[in-house]
Amino acid sequence: MEHGSFQDQSQATFSLTDEDHTLANSLRYTLNQDPRVTFCGYSIPHPSDARVNIRVQTTVDPAREVLKDSCQDLMLICQHVRGTFDQAFTEFKSKKGLESMSIEP
Amino acid sequence: MISEEEQKTSKIPVWDLPDVPKGKLPPHLELQRTRVLCTFDAPTHTENIRYSGAYASMGVDNSLRLEDFRNNFKVEVIKLTEDDMEFDMIGIDAAIANAFRRILIAELPTMAIEKVFIANNTSVVQDEVLAHRLGLIPLKVDPRLFNYMSENDEPNERNTIVFKLHVRCERGSPRIKVKSNELKWLPNGSEFIRSTEKSTADSTSKTKTYTSFSCGQDSLPEFSDNPIAPKHDDIIIAKLGPGQEIELEAHAVKGMGKTHAKWSPVATAWYRMLPEVVLLQEIEDERAEELVKKCPVNVFDIEDIGKGRKRATVARPRSCTLCRECIRGDDWDKLVALRRVKDHFIFTIESTGALPPEVLFTEAVKILEDKCERVITELS
Ligand code: SF4
Repeated sequence: MEHGSFQDQSQATFSLTDEDHTLANSLRYTLNQDPRVTFCGYSIPHPSDARVNIRVQTTVDPAREVLKDSCQDLMLICQHVRGTFDQAFTEFKSKKGLESMSIEP
Repeated sequence: MISEEEQKTSKIPVWDLPDVPKGKLPPHLELQRTRVLCTFDAPTHTENIRYSGAYASMGVDNSLRLEDFRNNFKVEVIKLTEDDMEFDMIGIDAAIANAFRRILIAELPTMAIEKVFIANNTSVVQDEVLAHRLGLIPLKVDPRLFNYMSENDEPNERNTIVFKLHVRCERGSPRIKVKSNELKWLPNGSEFIRSTEKSTADSTSKTKTYTSFSCGQDSLPEFSDNPIAPKHDDIIIAKLGPGQEIELEAHAVKGMGKTHAKWSPVATAWYRMLPEVVLLQEIEDERAEELVKKCPVNVFDIEDIGKGRKRATVARPRSCTLCRECIRGDDWDKLVALRRVKDHFIFTIESTGALPPEVLFTEAVKILEDKCERVITELS
């Protein structure tokens, strides 16, 4: 799925099947946040093809590794979101529980 | 908070810019980076500046360190009922918030009626319309307990739920409504006999139906004390006149919202950015009264500042609908600024009933994680 040259691994296009804006846009965000990336973007070549192309150009590091790191970052972000959400939810629940108890005669 | 001084967004020549500490953006750029400005003609600075080197020439690092994200990210639950949930997500980019929303709508599986075997339908509703209506009925069943049914799978107790519907309106009686509570769960699978090509009498085993359940679903521990049924009892499916009858069997399977909206687990899931209403100058007395009257949702209040004088305050910015009524007319836009906070999302999830909203959200986040993992394994 990777299209790039062998001499210069710092730039490549990755073609992901069965993905859409959901993943590509999030990855573009995490890629852009990576200081090693000089350019990144994505496109969906045809709306009825379930496929996105992600272009990554870096300063020197291999684009593949940078994309992998970005995926890793996104995963860590997700895990943190999940943890924080669960915590906020239980907090809300317990607060609600206390309130409803005090209302009861 | 941004102070009064910083709120002036007028253009300043670059050499007149105040000195700012290193590593910080000048206030007007910071404002453009973190807020959407809702001016009277159009919203401006709507884009998110994501490139890590966007402010490199000013010595400002725009990259996001995971550590910073961890420290700043906040979730606050605002409202929670059985099916609805509203919460604030603070400190996250729109790209990721939107990914969650898209997954909630299109990529979380549920169970929905997909195949309808119609034995008899003399009602005025055509077969295909009836089947479509049945498909849209939300079912109260945890989809995680089921498998997807692929092309050459036999329908079994792990991928199919069968409902029966048999209603007739007797001659001489008034018209009746067929509601979703008439859909009766058949835990043992289809009751319709499949007509085989060789319908010879020597068929040894039991007669073949449209499903091949190896055991009754009601004997499975998940469903034994939790029978499967439509979420709502009172959805009208059809109306029958005297002498009309519907007899059918409906098979529900697991699917995703991107195939058909009937599999979407949410009625809708959406977010909006937190509105921010700022008074650029003190607004007093009659003008304050006027401002309070202008707003249809009562964002502003009046407070007394002594000596019989009154001042407008922003009391409920959250309820602002951004109708822009308060910045209409002569120079009001110089007094009031309407903005949206770019990284503060008010997220609302309305579940259709298969799963509670908080479970939906955690499942959605997990799906995004799985997607990342897939890419990582494919690249390694
Ligand atoms: S934009 Fe509309 S809702 Fe918001 S504060 Fe102004 S008048 Fe009120």
